[in-house]
Amino acid sequence: MIDGGLNAYHLQYLLFGALWTIGLSLIAFVGGGLAGGVIALCRVSPIKAVRWATIAWIQIIQGTPLLVVLFLCYFGLSIMGLELPAIVAASIAMVVYVSAYLGEIWRGCIESVPRTQWEAAECLALSRTQRMRLVVLPQAVRIATPPTVGFMVQIVKNTSLASIVGFIELVRAGQLINNSIFQPFTVYLLIAIVYFAMCYPLSVWSRKLEQRQQFGNRGTATPSVTTA
Amino acid sequence: MQYEFDFASVLASWPQFLEGAWMTILLSFPATVIGFVGGTLLAIGRRGHTRWVARACGAYVEVLRNTPLLVQVFLVFFGLASLGWKVPAFAAALLTLVINVAAYTCEIMRAGMDSIHKGQIEAAECLGLTRRQVYWHVVLRPAMEKVYPTLTSQFVLLMLASSITSQISVEELTAIAARVQSETFRPFEAYILVAVAYLVLSLLMRAGLWLFGQIVFTRQRKLRSAK
Repeated sequence: MIDGGLNAYHLQYLLFGALWTIGLSLIAFVGGGLAGGVIALCRVSPIKAVRWATIAWIQIIQGTPLLVVLFLCYFGLSIMGLELPAIVAASIAMVVYVSAYLGEIWRGCIESVPRTQWEAAECLALSRTQRMRLVVLPQAVRIATPPTVGFMVQIVKNTSLASIVGFIELVRAGQLINNSIFQPFTVYLLIAIVYFAMCYPLSVWSRKLEQRQQFGNRGTATPSVTTA
Repeated sequence: MQYEFDFASVLASWPQFLEGAWMTILLSFPATVIGFVGGTLLAIGRRGHTRWVARACGAYVEVLRNTPLLVQVFLVFFGLASLGWKVPAFAAALLTLVINVAAYTCEIMRAGMDSIHKGQIEAAECLGLTRRQVYWHVVLRPAMEKVYPTLTSQFVLLMLASSITSQISVEELTAIAARVQSETFRPFEAYILVAVAYLVLSLLMRAGLWLFGQIVFTRQRKLRSAK
């Protein structure tokens, strides 16, 4: 057994892992955000079939663990003869997961724009697209900002699962370091601290945005984010 | 390449899947109950007047909510073992799930208790109710009733998150899927099957919790029927 504890190289390697955690989080947020936007719009679509299909998608994704979605992407791609690196599988799984949750959060925000706003826009003879684009969405975005920032915490935390399919992000980097120095308590504590340092500012920011909004328009409830 | 699905070989191990599902329930049910009680106590502590208790509860919630469950599981299982306190995998998994869900429950319950109007409490005090009576009848129970749908979602999420404990070799659904796929070389089918199993479990859980809410929160029902 090689003795010796945590050294500068290990810390550097952890930092490298943390950068990949941020990278994967950004991919998940941007990709999942785009898909989630489409889902939110489909969820309030006037066409019944589209609405039902979106509800089914959200129910299925929210009813299965992210870990299983990740495995499905990982093995699903490989049986199609595509030998893709872990980051692709992880990105797809994260985008799928984020799209369902953000879609549902944003639907709540669109629906919490007062009904009278729709009616007023209708009275002004705006088309459905115009009503959505010019009247409802700008207000919905304002309502959606705090819960979206809050959900970013879940995205960052959940990228940790990518370590299980071998993608070298923060947790995987830590596991590799642990394999060589065997100090699990120190290593995992350090990883937890790094995650905390990334997530806590987002939590605080989300809370501040929420407070500011409550001050601005009292009474409009924002949908809360609950994710383990 | 055309892929041919073969569910038969995977389905042949259904007793194992059933055992895995039972283990998932065995993990998430106690974690939900203990975590709920713990979270409610934390919320009371956080709202209390003792400053250091409120601070400690707040710090606990922030730390648990801003770190991944996977890291928490590893820290409890491998970390404690390396410090000389060897915990069996199941106990470590249960412990982590409890401390994790307690943090989330605390936030939900706190929001519920904060939403109780001050006038209600003052009115109850005027009626000569003791502090404990006020807390139970006027603050806690209506708060629970208010946030019950959010709590339900949180508990379903906990059940789904318990899949992570497969990483410390707890034999629950996901771990069974991993084992079956290595025996049958049919990973895709095994994980599709397990995804369906989780879906069914979460639907059953939602239905069960809804029914439980209907039975426990009789006031809401009475209010609705009075309309």
